[in-house]
Amino acid sequence: MSEQVMKTPTPVKDEDIRLPWLVRARPYLIILPAMLLLIGILYPFVVGVYYSFTAFNFKVPDSQFNFVGLRNYVRMFTDEDFLYSTYITLAYAVITTGVELFLGLIVAMLLNRDSRVAKILTPMLIFPMIIAPVIGTLVWKMMMQPSVGILNPILNFVGLPSLEWAAVPQTALFSVTLVDIWMFTPFAAMMILAGLRSFPNAPFEAARVDGASFWFTFRNLTLPMLTPFIIIIIVFRFMDSLKMFDIIFAMTEGGPGNTLMTYQLTAYRTSIQFQRMSAGLPYAILLYIIIYIVSMYLIKAWGRAQRRAAGY
Amino acid sequence: MQNERTQNRIVAILSDVILILYFLFALFPLVWMVLVSLKSGPELFTTKFIFTPTIENYVAILFGDARAAAGVVARQEFPRNFMNSLIASSGAVLISLVVGVPAAYALARYKFRGKEDLAFTFLSFRFAPELVVIIPLSVIYRQLGLYDTYFGIMWVYQLVTLPLLIWVLRSYFEDISPDIEQAAMIDGYSWWHVFFKILMPLVRPGLAAAALLAFIFAWNNFMFPLVLGGSNVQTVTVASLGYISSAQGFFNRMAAASVLASLPQIILALSIQRYLIRGLSFGAVKG
Repeated sequence: MSEQVMKTPTPVKDEDIRLPWLVRARPYLIILPAMLLLIGILYPFVVGVYYSFTAFNFKVPDSQFNFVGLRNYVRMFTDEDFLYSTYITLAYAVITTGVELFLGLIVAMLLNRDSRVAKILTPMLIFPMIIAPVIGTLVWKMMMQPSVGILNPILNFVGLPSLEWAAVPQTALFSVTLVDIWMFTPFAAMMILAGLRSFPNAPFEAARVDGASFWFTFRNLTLPMLTPFIIIIIVFRFMDSLKMFDIIFAMTEGGPGNTLMTYQLTAYRTSIQFQRMSAGLPYAILLYIIIYIVSMYLIKAWGRAQRRAAGY
Repeated sequence: MQNERTQNRIVAILSDVILILYFLFALFPLVWMVLVSLKSGPELFTTKFIFTPTIENYVAILFGDARAAAGVVARQEFPRNFMNSLIASSGAVLISLVVGVPAAYALARYKFRGKEDLAFTFLSFRFAPELVVIIPLSVIYRQLGLYDTYFGIMWVYQLVTLPLLIWVLRSYFEDISPDIEQAAMIDGYSWWHVFFKILMPLVRPGLAAAALLAFIFAWNNFMFPLVLGGSNVQTVTVASLGYISSAQGFFNRMAAASVLASLPQIILALSIQRYLIRGLSFGAVKG
Protein backbone atom coordinates (compact mmCIF):
# COMPACT_ATOMS: atom_id res chain seq x y z
CA MET A 1 0.00 0.00 0.00
CA SER A 2 2.98 2.27 0.32
CA GLU A 3 3.34 2.24 -3.43
CA GLN A 4 -0.13 3.71 -3.47
CA VAL A 5 0.97 6.47 -1.15
CA MET A 6 3.94 7.23 -3.29
CA LYS A 7 1.83 7.48 -6.45
CA THR A 8 -0.32 10.22 -4.99
CA PRO A 9 1.17 13.45 -6.32
CA THR A 10 0.74 15.58 -3.18
CA PRO A 11 3.72 15.56 -0.86
CA VAL A 12 1.63 16.34 2.25
CA LYS A 13 0.93 12.72 3.19
CA ASP A 14 -0.42 13.30 6.67
CA GLU A 15 -3.30 15.53 5.66
CA ASP A 16 -4.35 13.50 2.64
CA ILE A 17 -7.86 12.31 3.44
CA ARG A 18 -7.57 9.64 0.74
CA LEU A 19 -4.68 8.03 2.61
CA PRO A 20 -5.84 4.49 3.38
CA TRP A 21 -6.86 4.13 7.02
CA LEU A 22 -4.48 1.19 7.25
CA VAL A 23 -1.55 3.50 6.66
CA ARG A 24 -2.77 6.08 9.11
CA ALA A 25 -3.37 3.42 11.72
CA ARG A 26 0.03 1.88 11.11
CA PRO A 27 1.80 3.17 14.24
CA TYR A 28 -1.03 1.83 16.37
CA LEU A 29 -1.12 -1.50 14.55
CA ILE A 30 2.62 -1.90 14.87
CA ILE A 31 2.51 -1.30 18.57
CA LEU A 32 -0.65 -3.33 19.18
CA PRO A 33 1.04 -6.64 20.14
CA ALA A 34 3.12 -4.82 22.72
CA MET A 35 -0.01 -3.10 24.02
CA LEU A 36 -1.78 -6.44 24.46
CA LEU A 37 1.20 -7.74 26.36
CA LEU A 38 1.14 -4.58 28.42
CA ILE A 39 -2.45 -5.25 29.42
CA GLY A 40 -1.48 -8.78 30.37
CA ILE A 41 0.99 -7.30 32.83
CA LEU A 42 -1.10 -4.38 34.04
CA TYR A 43 -4.06 -6.61 34.82
CA PRO A 44 -2.34 -8.48 37.67
CA PHE A 45 -1.10 -5.13 38.96
CA VAL A 46 -4.66 -3.86 39.23
CA VAL A 47 -5.75 -7.14 40.81
CA GLY A 48 -2.90 -6.75 43.30
CA VAL A 49 -4.03 -3.29 44.31
CA TYR A 50 -7.56 -4.68 44.75
CA TYR A 51 -6.29 -7.59 46.88
CA SER A 52 -4.55 -5.11 49.15
CA PHE A 53 -8.01 -3.84 50.20
CA THR A 54 -9.31 -7.32 51.00
CA ALA A 55 -8.56 -9.96 53.61
CA PHE A 56 -7.33 -12.39 50.96
CA ASN A 57 -5.62 -15.44 52.36
CA PHE A 58 -4.76 -18.20 49.91
CA LYS A 59 -5.76 -20.87 52.42
CA VAL A 60 -9.20 -19.35 53.06
CA PRO A 61 -11.65 -19.89 50.17
CA ASP A 62 -13.46 -16.83 48.80
CA SER A 63 -11.54 -14.54 51.14
CA GLN A 64 -10.59 -12.39 48.15
CA PHE A 65 -14.14 -10.99 48.19
CA ASN A 66 -13.86 -9.99 51.83
CA PHE A 67 -13.38 -6.24 51.46
CA VAL A 68 -11.71 -4.63 54.47
CA GLY A 69 -10.86 -1.14 53.22
CA LEU A 70 -7.60 0.28 54.47
CA ARG A 71 -7.08 -2.28 57.23
CA ASN A 72 -3.99 -3.85 55.64
CA TYR A 73 -2.39 -0.44 55.23
CA VAL A 74 -3.23 0.61 58.79
CA ARG A 75 -1.70 -2.63 60.04
CA MET A 76 1.43 -2.05 58.03
CA PHE A 77 1.94 1.50 59.30
CA THR A 78 1.22 0.54 62.91
CA ASP A 79 3.32 -2.63 62.83
CA GLU A 80 6.12 -2.41 65.40
CA ASP A 81 8.65 -3.50 62.76
CA PHE A 82 7.50 -1.00 60.13
CA LEU A 83 9.95 1.75 61.05
CA TYR A 84 12.84 -0.68 61.22
CA SER A 85 11.83 -2.13 57.84
CA THR A 86 11.80 1.38 56.36
CA TYR A 87 15.21 2.08 57.89
CA ILE A 88 16.80 -1.11 56.55
CA THR A 89 15.30 -0.63 53.06
CA LEU A 90 16.68 2.90 52.84
CA ALA A 91 19.99 2.10 54.54
CA TYR A 92 20.68 -0.72 52.09
CA ALA A 93 19.87 1.47 49.08
CA VAL A 94 21.79 4.53 50.26
CA ILE A 95 24.91 2.61 51.33
CA THR A 96 25.18 0.50 48.17
CA THR A 97 24.40 3.32 45.73
CA GLY A 98 26.74 5.74 47.48
CA VAL A 99 29.70 3.38 47.70
CA GLU A 100 29.19 2.03 44.18
CA LEU A 101 29.11 5.54 42.75
CA PHE A 102 32.22 6.64 44.65
CA LEU A 103 34.19 3.48 43.95
CA GLY A 104 32.97 3.35 40.35
CA LEU A 105 34.15 6.91 39.78
CA ILE A 106 37.64 6.10 41.08
CA VAL A 107 37.89 2.85 39.11
CA ALA A 108 36.67 4.51 35.92
CA MET A 109 39.15 7.38 36.22
CA LEU A 110 41.98 4.95 36.86
CA LEU A 111 40.91 2.85 33.87
CA ASN A 112 40.69 5.91 31.64
CA ARG A 113 44.47 6.32 31.47
CA ASP A 114 47.09 5.37 28.94
CA SER A 115 48.24 2.32 30.89
CA ARG A 116 48.83 -1.28 29.88
CA VAL A 117 47.41 -2.55 33.18
CA ALA A 118 44.19 -0.60 32.57
CA LYS A 119 43.87 -1.98 29.03
CA ILE A 120 44.25 -5.56 30.20
CA LEU A 121 41.82 -5.21 33.11
CA THR A 122 38.98 -3.22 31.47
CA PRO A 123 37.28 -6.19 29.72
CA MET A 124 37.14 -8.10 33.01
CA LEU A 125 35.07 -5.38 34.62
CA ILE A 126 31.80 -7.00 33.59
CA PHE A 127 32.30 -10.40 35.24
CA PRO A 128 30.81 -9.72 38.70
CA MET A 129 27.63 -8.13 37.34
CA ILE A 130 26.93 -10.51 34.50
CA ILE A 131 26.61 -13.70 36.54
CA ALA A 132 23.30 -14.34 38.31
CA PRO A 133 23.01 -12.29 41.53
CA VAL A 134 21.87 -15.38 43.40
CA ILE A 135 24.90 -17.37 42.32
CA GLY A 136 27.29 -14.50 43.03
CA THR A 137 25.78 -14.23 46.49
CA LEU A 138 26.08 -17.97 47.12
CA VAL A 139 29.77 -17.82 46.23
CA TRP A 140 30.21 -15.06 48.82
CA LYS A 141 28.18 -17.09 51.29
CA MET A 142 30.57 -19.99 50.76
CA MET A 143 33.53 -17.65 51.22
CA MET A 144 32.03 -16.41 54.50
CA GLN A 145 31.28 -19.93 55.68
CA PRO A 146 33.28 -20.87 58.84
CA SER A 147 34.61 -24.30 57.82
CA VAL A 148 35.19 -24.02 54.07
CA GLY A 149 35.25 -20.25 53.72
CA ILE A 150 38.27 -18.22 52.74
CA LEU A 151 37.44 -14.75 54.08
CA ASN A 152 38.22 -15.45 57.73
CA PRO A 153 41.58 -17.09 56.92
CA ILE A 154 42.40 -13.98 54.87
CA LEU A 155 41.38 -11.68 57.73
CA ASN A 156 43.47 -13.73 60.16
CA PHE A 157 46.39 -13.66 57.75
CA VAL A 158 46.49 -9.86 57.81
CA GLY A 159 46.12 -9.90 61.58
CA LEU A 160 42.39 -9.22 61.91
CA PRO A 161 39.94 -11.29 63.96
CA SER A 162 37.41 -13.60 62.30
CA LEU A 163 33.93 -12.29 61.55
CA GLU A 164 30.59 -14.07 61.69
CA TRP A 165 29.43 -12.13 58.61
CA ALA A 166 25.74 -12.52 57.81
CA ALA A 167 25.11 -14.95 60.67
CA VAL A 168 24.92 -12.22 63.33
CA PRO A 169 22.87 -8.98 63.30
CA GLN A 170 25.92 -6.75 63.88
CA THR A 171 27.55 -7.56 60.53
CA ALA A 172 24.58 -8.80 58.46
CA LEU A 173 23.92 -5.48 56.71
CA PHE A 174 27.64 -5.06 56.08
CA SER A 175 27.82 -8.53 54.52
CA VAL A 176 24.95 -8.08 52.06
CA THR A 177 25.94 -4.54 51.07
CA LEU A 178 29.47 -5.83 50.48
CA VAL A 179 28.10 -8.36 47.98
CA ASP A 180 25.96 -5.69 46.30
CA ILE A 181 28.98 -3.37 46.06
CA TRP A 182 31.09 -6.16 44.63
CA MET A 183 28.41 -6.99 42.07
CA PHE A 184 27.40 -3.55 40.85
CA THR A 185 30.41 -1.25 41.23
CA PRO A 186 31.39 -2.41 37.72
CA PHE A 187 28.09 -1.02 36.42
CA ALA A 188 28.89 2.42 37.84
CA ALA A 189 32.47 2.23 36.59
CA MET A 190 31.35 1.26 33.07
CA MET A 191 28.87 4.13 32.83
CA ILE A 192 31.40 6.70 34.11
CA LEU A 193 34.05 5.28 31.79
CA ALA A 194 31.70 5.65 28.82
CA GLY A 195 31.10 9.23 29.93
CA LEU A 196 34.77 10.07 30.29
CA ARG A 197 35.52 8.64 26.86
CA SER A 198 32.75 10.67 25.23
CA PHE A 199 34.17 14.00 26.41
CA PRO A 200 35.64 16.42 23.90
CA ASN A 201 39.35 16.96 24.32
CA ALA A 202 39.44 20.75 23.88
CA PRO A 203 38.30 22.00 27.33
CA PHE A 204 40.65 19.60 29.12
CA GLU A 205 43.53 20.60 26.88
CA ALA A 206 42.79 24.25 27.61
CA ALA A 207 42.73 23.59 31.33
CA ARG A 208 46.05 21.78 31.11
CA VAL A 209 47.67 24.58 29.13
CA ASP A 210 46.41 27.09 31.70
CA GLY A 211 48.08 24.99 34.37
CA ALA A 212 44.86 24.11 36.20
CA SER A 213 45.31 21.65 39.06
CA PHE A 214 43.81 18.17 38.95
CA TRP A 215 41.17 19.10 41.52
CA PHE A 216 40.21 22.28 39.70
CA THR A 217 39.71 20.40 36.43
CA PHE A 218 37.85 17.62 38.21
CA ARG A 219 35.46 19.95 40.04
CA ASN A 220 34.82 22.43 37.26
CA LEU A 221 34.98 20.26 34.14
CA THR A 222 34.85 16.52 34.75
CA LEU A 223 32.17 16.42 37.42
CA PRO A 224 29.64 18.75 35.74
CA MET A 225 30.06 16.89 32.46
CA LEU A 226 29.62 13.58 34.24
CA THR A 227 26.35 14.61 35.92
CA PRO A 228 24.02 12.93 33.38
CA PHE A 229 25.99 9.70 33.70
CA ILE A 230 25.96 9.89 37.48
CA ILE A 231 22.19 10.37 37.45
CA ILE A 232 21.77 7.32 35.20
CA ILE A 233 23.79 5.27 37.69
CA ILE A 234 21.63 6.54 40.56
CA VAL A 235 18.44 5.76 38.62
CA PHE A 236 19.47 2.17 38.05
CA ARG A 237 21.29 1.40 41.28
CA PHE A 238 19.09 3.26 43.77
CA MET A 239 15.87 1.85 42.31
CA ASP A 240 17.29 -1.64 42.12
CA SER A 241 18.67 -1.65 45.64
CA LEU A 242 15.43 -0.27 47.09
CA LYS A 243 13.77 -3.44 45.79
CA MET A 244 16.78 -5.76 46.16
CA PHE A 245 15.62 -9.30 46.77
CA ASP A 246 18.06 -11.82 45.31
CA ILE A 247 21.15 -10.94 47.36
CA ILE A 248 19.36 -10.65 50.71
CA PHE A 249 17.24 -13.73 50.12
CA ALA A 250 20.15 -15.91 49.00
CA MET A 251 22.29 -14.72 51.90
CA THR A 252 19.91 -14.93 54.89
CA GLU A 253 16.27 -14.86 53.68
CA GLY A 254 15.97 -11.62 55.66
CA GLY A 255 17.51 -12.90 58.88
CA PRO A 256 19.01 -13.30 61.36
CA GLY A 257 15.70 -12.52 63.05
CA ASN A 258 14.34 -9.50 61.20
CA THR A 259 17.74 -7.85 60.69
CA LEU A 260 17.42 -7.63 56.90
CA MET A 261 13.64 -7.57 56.49
CA THR A 262 13.30 -4.84 53.87
CA TYR A 263 9.92 -3.97 52.34
CA GLN A 264 10.55 -6.43 49.54
CA LEU A 265 11.51 -9.28 51.90
CA THR A 266 8.58 -8.53 54.23
CA ALA A 267 6.14 -8.57 51.30
CA TYR A 268 7.57 -11.88 50.08
CA ARG A 269 7.52 -13.54 53.49
CA THR A 270 3.98 -12.43 54.31
CA SER A 271 2.32 -12.92 50.94
CA ILE A 272 4.15 -15.90 49.49
CA GLN A 273 5.63 -17.85 52.39
CA PHE A 274 2.72 -17.27 54.82
CA GLN A 275 0.18 -17.10 51.96
CA ARG A 276 -1.46 -14.02 53.48
CA MET A 277 -1.64 -12.38 50.07
CA SER A 278 -3.30 -9.15 51.03
CA ALA A 279 -1.22 -8.53 54.19
CA GLY A 280 2.09 -8.37 52.30
CA LEU A 281 0.88 -6.36 49.32
CA PRO A 282 0.84 -2.92 51.04
CA TYR A 283 4.63 -3.18 51.49
CA ALA A 284 5.11 -3.87 47.77
CA ILE A 285 2.68 -1.09 46.81
CA LEU A 286 4.31 1.42 49.17
CA LEU A 287 7.68 0.54 47.64
CA TYR A 288 6.16 0.98 44.19
CA ILE A 289 4.95 4.48 45.09
CA ILE A 290 8.34 5.46 46.53
CA ILE A 291 10.17 4.17 43.47
CA TYR A 292 7.71 5.85 41.12
CA ILE A 293 8.12 9.28 42.75
CA VAL A 294 11.91 9.09 43.09
CA SER A 295 12.41 7.81 39.52
CA MET A 296 10.17 10.53 38.06
CA TYR A 297 12.24 13.14 39.87
CA LEU A 298 15.53 11.54 38.77
CA ILE A 299 14.50 11.20 35.14
CA LYS A 300 13.55 14.90 35.06
CA ALA A 301 16.90 15.77 36.65
CA TRP A 302 18.62 13.64 34.02
CA GLY A 303 16.91 15.53 31.21
CA ARG A 304 18.01 18.85 32.75
CA ALA A 305 21.58 17.67 33.29
CA GLN A 306 21.81 16.39 29.73
CA ARG A 307 20.65 19.69 28.31
CA ARG A 308 23.11 21.53 30.53
CA ALA A 309 25.98 19.23 29.58
CA ALA A 310 25.13 19.65 25.90
CA GLY A 311 25.23 23.42 26.35
CA TYR A 312 28.95 23.43 26.98
CA MET B 1 61.33 18.85 34.53
CA GLN B 2 63.11 15.73 35.70
CA ASN B 3 61.27 16.04 38.98
CA GLU B 4 57.88 16.31 37.32
CA ARG B 5 58.55 13.22 35.23
CA THR B 6 59.42 11.07 38.24
CA GLN B 7 56.34 12.42 39.98
CA ASN B 8 54.19 11.36 37.01
CA ARG B 9 55.81 7.94 37.04
CA ILE B 10 54.97 7.51 40.71
CA VAL B 11 51.35 8.58 40.15
CA ALA B 12 51.06 6.14 37.24
CA ILE B 13 52.46 3.23 39.23
CA LEU B 14 50.30 4.05 42.24
CA SER B 15 47.21 4.20 40.00
CA ASP B 16 48.03 0.79 38.54
CA VAL B 17 48.48 -0.65 42.02
CA ILE B 18 45.10 0.68 43.21
CA LEU B 19 43.51 -0.67 40.03
CA ILE B 20 45.03 -4.10 40.59
CA LEU B 21 43.81 -4.10 44.19
CA TYR B 22 40.27 -3.33 43.06
CA PHE B 23 40.33 -6.08 40.44
CA LEU B 24 41.64 -8.51 43.05
CA PHE B 25 38.47 -7.76 45.01
CA ALA B 26 36.28 -7.99 41.89
CA LEU B 27 37.71 -11.20 40.47
CA PHE B 28 38.79 -13.15 43.54
CA PRO B 29 35.34 -14.64 44.34
CA LEU B 30 35.07 -15.94 40.77
CA VAL B 31 38.57 -17.38 40.78
CA TRP B 32 37.87 -18.97 44.14
CA MET B 33 34.63 -20.45 42.80
CA VAL B 34 36.54 -22.09 39.95
CA LEU B 35 39.24 -23.36 42.35
CA VAL B 36 36.75 -24.90 44.76
CA SER B 37 34.92 -26.54 41.86
CA LEU B 38 38.17 -28.34 41.01
CA LYS B 39 38.81 -29.58 44.55
CA SER B 40 38.13 -33.11 45.68
CA GLY B 41 36.17 -33.77 48.87
CA PRO B 42 39.05 -34.03 51.39
CA GLU B 43 40.83 -30.95 50.00
CA LEU B 44 37.71 -28.84 50.34
CA PHE B 45 38.41 -28.07 53.98
CA THR B 46 41.89 -26.77 53.37
CA THR B 47 42.55 -23.22 52.25
CA LYS B 48 45.37 -24.34 49.98
CA PHE B 49 45.59 -22.77 46.54
CA ILE B 50 47.89 -25.46 45.19
CA PHE B 51 46.29 -28.88 44.90
CA THR B 52 45.66 -31.61 42.36
CA PRO B 53 42.64 -30.48 40.37
CA THR B 54 39.90 -32.93 39.60
CA ILE B 55 36.94 -32.77 37.26
CA GLU B 56 34.93 -35.23 39.35
CA ASN B 57 32.59 -32.46 40.55
CA TYR B 58 31.68 -31.54 37.00
CA VAL B 59 31.18 -35.18 36.07
CA ALA B 60 28.96 -35.64 39.11
CA ILE B 61 26.94 -32.52 38.34
CA LEU B 62 26.42 -33.40 34.69
CA PHE B 63 26.09 -37.16 34.74
CA GLY B 64 25.19 -38.00 38.32
CA ASP B 65 27.53 -39.81 40.66
CA ALA B 66 26.69 -43.32 41.79
CA ARG B 67 29.22 -43.21 44.60
CA ALA B 68 27.93 -39.99 46.08
CA ALA B 69 25.83 -40.21 49.19
CA ALA B 70 22.11 -40.44 48.61
CA GLY B 71 19.94 -37.49 49.59
CA VAL B 72 21.67 -34.91 47.47
CA VAL B 73 19.06 -34.50 44.81
CA ALA B 74 20.52 -31.35 43.36
CA ARG B 75 23.28 -32.90 41.31
CA GLN B 76 21.21 -35.14 39.03
CA GLU B 77 18.83 -32.27 38.50
CA PHE B 78 21.40 -29.86 37.14
CA PRO B 79 21.14 -30.71 33.41
CA ARG B 80 17.37 -30.41 33.64
CA ASN B 81 17.56 -27.08 35.45
CA PHE B 82 20.01 -25.85 32.86
CA MET B 83 17.62 -26.83 30.06
CA ASN B 84 14.74 -25.14 31.89
CA SER B 85 16.72 -21.90 32.13
CA LEU B 86 17.62 -22.18 28.46
CA ILE B 87 14.04 -22.82 27.30
CA ALA B 88 12.43 -20.17 29.49
CA SER B 89 15.01 -17.47 28.69
CA SER B 90 15.14 -18.06 24.93
CA GLY B 91 11.35 -18.28 24.73
CA ALA B 92 11.02 -15.02 26.61
CA VAL B 93 13.50 -13.27 24.32
CA LEU B 94 11.71 -14.60 21.22
CA ILE B 95 8.36 -13.26 22.42
CA SER B 96 9.99 -9.93 23.24
CA LEU B 97 11.57 -9.74 19.79
CA VAL B 98 8.33 -10.41 17.95
CA VAL B 99 6.46 -7.86 20.03
CA GLY B 100 9.22 -5.42 20.85
CA VAL B 101 10.94 -4.78 17.51
CA PRO B 102 7.84 -3.27 15.87
CA ALA B 103 7.00 -1.37 19.06
CA ALA B 104 10.51 0.07 19.26
CA TYR B 105 10.26 1.13 15.63
CA ALA B 106 6.90 2.82 16.14
CA LEU B 107 8.18 4.62 19.24
CA ALA B 108 11.25 5.83 17.36
CA ARG B 109 9.64 6.91 14.09
CA TYR B 110 6.03 7.89 14.42
CA LYS B 111 4.44 10.78 16.22
CA PHE B 112 1.23 9.71 17.89
CA ARG B 113 -0.72 10.62 20.94
CA GLY B 114 0.46 9.14 24.22
CA LYS B 115 3.75 8.00 22.73
CA GLU B 116 6.03 9.07 25.55
CA ASP B 117 3.62 7.86 28.22
CA LEU B 118 3.55 4.49 26.56
CA ALA B 119 7.33 4.33 26.33
CA PHE B 120 7.61 5.19 30.02
CA THR B 121 5.03 2.59 30.96
CA PHE B 122 7.19 -0.05 29.32
CA LEU B 123 10.23 1.32 31.13
CA SER B 124 8.41 1.35 34.45
CA PHE B 125 8.19 -2.47 34.35
CA ARG B 126 11.91 -2.48 34.75
CA PHE B 127 11.84 -0.34 37.87
CA ALA B 128 8.61 -1.45 39.55
CA PRO B 129 9.04 -3.85 42.48
CA GLU B 130 8.25 -7.23 40.94
CA LEU B 131 6.15 -8.42 43.87
CA VAL B 132 3.34 -5.98 43.08
CA VAL B 133 2.71 -8.05 39.96
CA ILE B 134 3.95 -11.43 41.14
CA ILE B 135 1.83 -11.84 44.26
CA PRO B 136 -1.46 -11.52 42.34
CA LEU B 137 0.01 -13.48 39.43
CA SER B 138 0.71 -16.41 41.74
CA VAL B 139 -3.06 -16.59 42.28
CA ILE B 140 -4.04 -15.88 38.66
CA TYR B 141 -1.54 -18.44 37.34
CA ARG B 142 -3.04 -21.16 39.52
CA GLN B 143 -6.52 -20.31 38.24
CA LEU B 144 -5.37 -20.31 34.60
CA GLY B 145 -3.18 -23.40 34.94
CA LEU B 146 -0.08 -21.40 34.06
CA TYR B 147 1.65 -22.06 37.37
CA ASP B 148 4.85 -24.08 36.89
CA THR B 149 4.68 -23.98 33.07
CA TYR B 150 7.26 -22.74 30.58
CA PHE B 151 4.78 -20.35 29.03
CA GLY B 152 3.94 -18.86 32.40
CA ILE B 153 7.60 -18.15 33.10
CA MET B 154 8.22 -16.77 29.59
CA TRP B 155 5.21 -14.51 29.97
CA VAL B 156 6.35 -13.01 33.27
CA TYR B 157 9.93 -12.68 31.98
CA GLN B 158 8.52 -10.03 29.63
CA LEU B 159 8.80 -7.68 32.59
CA VAL B 160 12.57 -8.06 32.26
CA THR B 161 13.18 -8.59 28.55
CA LEU B 162 10.59 -6.36 26.88
CA PRO B 163 11.51 -2.95 28.39
CA LEU B 164 15.17 -3.62 27.66
CA LEU B 165 14.56 -4.56 24.02
CA ILE B 166 12.13 -1.73 23.35
CA TRP B 167 14.29 0.99 24.87
CA VAL B 168 17.62 -0.14 23.48
CA LEU B 169 16.22 -0.78 20.01
CA ARG B 170 14.38 2.49 20.00
CA SER B 171 17.67 4.29 20.51
CA TYR B 172 19.21 2.35 17.60
CA PHE B 173 16.26 3.15 15.31
CA GLU B 174 16.53 6.80 16.27
CA ASP B 175 20.16 6.78 15.18
CA ILE B 176 19.15 5.93 11.62
CA SER B 177 18.18 8.95 9.61
CA PRO B 178 14.57 8.87 8.35
CA ASP B 179 15.98 10.10 5.03
CA ILE B 180 17.20 6.60 4.24
CA GLU B 181 13.67 5.28 4.54
CA GLN B 182 12.18 8.12 2.53
CA ALA B 183 14.71 7.67 -0.22
CA ALA B 184 13.94 3.97 -0.50
CA MET B 185 10.20 4.66 -0.47
CA ILE B 186 10.60 7.21 -3.25
CA ASP B 187 12.50 4.58 -5.21
CA GLY B 188 9.28 2.58 -5.03
CA TYR B 189 10.08 0.06 -2.35
CA SER B 190 7.23 -1.02 -0.12
CA TRP B 191 7.22 -0.28 3.59
CA TRP B 192 7.78 -3.97 4.37
CA HIS B 193 10.72 -4.11 2.04
CA VAL B 194 12.27 -0.99 3.55
CA PHE B 195 11.78 -2.32 7.08
CA PHE B 196 13.20 -5.79 6.54
CA LYS B 197 15.75 -5.21 3.80
CA ILE B 198 17.13 -1.81 4.75
CA LEU B 199 16.41 -1.01 8.40
CA MET B 200 16.87 -4.43 9.96
CA PRO B 201 20.37 -4.98 8.55
CA LEU B 202 21.34 -1.55 9.91
CA VAL B 203 20.20 -2.29 13.45
CA ARG B 204 21.13 -5.98 13.43
CA PRO B 205 24.29 -5.71 15.57
CA GLY B 206 22.45 -3.65 18.17
CA LEU B 207 19.45 -5.92 17.95
CA ALA B 208 21.55 -9.04 18.49
CA ALA B 209 23.33 -7.46 21.44
CA ALA B 210 20.08 -6.31 23.04
CA ALA B 211 18.55 -9.75 22.58
CA LEU B 212 21.56 -11.46 24.14
CA LEU B 213 21.57 -9.04 27.05
CA ALA B 214 17.85 -9.66 27.56
CA PHE B 215 18.65 -13.38 27.52
CA ILE B 216 21.28 -12.86 30.23
CA PHE B 217 18.87 -10.93 32.44
CA ALA B 218 16.16 -13.54 31.98
CA TRP B 219 18.66 -16.30 32.76
CA ASN B 220 19.82 -14.49 35.89
CA ASN B 221 16.31 -13.87 37.15
CA PHE B 222 15.49 -15.51 40.41
CA MET B 223 12.26 -14.22 41.89
CA PHE B 224 9.91 -15.03 39.02
CA PRO B 225 10.70 -18.75 38.77
CA LEU B 226 10.95 -18.93 42.57
CA VAL B 227 7.36 -17.77 43.05
CA LEU B 228 5.68 -18.83 39.81
CA GLY B 229 7.52 -22.04 39.01
CA GLY B 230 7.64 -25.43 40.71
CA SER B 231 9.72 -28.52 40.06
CA ASN B 232 8.75 -28.71 36.35
CA VAL B 233 10.40 -25.46 35.32
CA GLN B 234 12.95 -25.00 38.09
CA THR B 235 15.78 -22.87 36.70
CA VAL B 236 19.44 -22.98 37.70
CA THR B 237 19.10 -19.83 39.79
CA VAL B 238 16.33 -21.31 41.93
CA ALA B 239 18.00 -24.72 42.07
CA SER B 240 21.33 -23.24 43.12
CA LEU B 241 19.77 -22.27 46.44
CA GLY B 242 19.05 -25.94 47.02
CA TYR B 243 22.64 -26.94 46.36
CA ILE B 244 23.99 -24.84 49.21
CA SER B 245 21.40 -25.90 51.75
CA SER B 246 22.12 -29.57 51.10
CA ALA B 247 25.10 -31.08 52.91
CA GLN B 248 28.11 -28.84 53.43
CA GLY B 249 30.44 -31.48 52.07
CA PHE B 250 29.10 -30.73 48.64
CA PHE B 251 30.30 -27.17 48.38
CA ASN B 252 32.62 -28.24 45.59
CA ARG B 253 29.64 -29.60 43.67
CA MET B 254 27.82 -26.36 44.27
CA ALA B 255 30.83 -24.44 42.96
CA ALA B 256 30.96 -26.61 39.84
CA ALA B 257 27.26 -26.01 39.26
CA SER B 258 27.83 -22.26 39.72
CA VAL B 259 30.62 -22.25 37.17
CA LEU B 260 28.48 -24.11 34.63
CA ALA B 261 25.49 -21.87 35.30
CA SER B 262 27.63 -18.74 34.84
CA LEU B 263 29.49 -19.74 31.69
CA PRO B 264 26.74 -18.85 29.19
CA GLN B 265 26.44 -15.28 30.50
CA ILE B 266 30.18 -14.69 30.56
CA ILE B 267 30.64 -15.96 27.00
CA LEU B 268 27.65 -13.98 25.72
CA ALA B 269 28.66 -10.81 27.54
CA LEU B 270 32.19 -10.94 26.15
CA SER B 271 30.82 -11.40 22.64
CA ILE B 272 28.69 -8.25 22.84
CA GLN B 273 31.10 -6.10 24.81
CA ARG B 274 30.98 -3.22 22.34
CA TYR B 275 27.23 -2.86 22.82
CA LEU B 276 27.03 -3.51 26.55
CA ILE B 277 27.02 0.08 27.78
CA ARG B 278 24.07 1.09 25.66
CA GLY B 279 22.24 -2.10 26.56
CA LEU B 280 22.84 -1.85 30.29
CA SER B 281 21.70 1.77 30.37
CA PHE B 282 18.59 1.06 28.25
CA GLY B 283 19.89 3.28 25.48
CA ALA B 284 20.55 6.29 27.74
CA VAL B 285 24.33 6.11 27.45
CA LYS B 286 25.72 5.53 23.97
CA GLY B 287 29.03 3.92 24.82
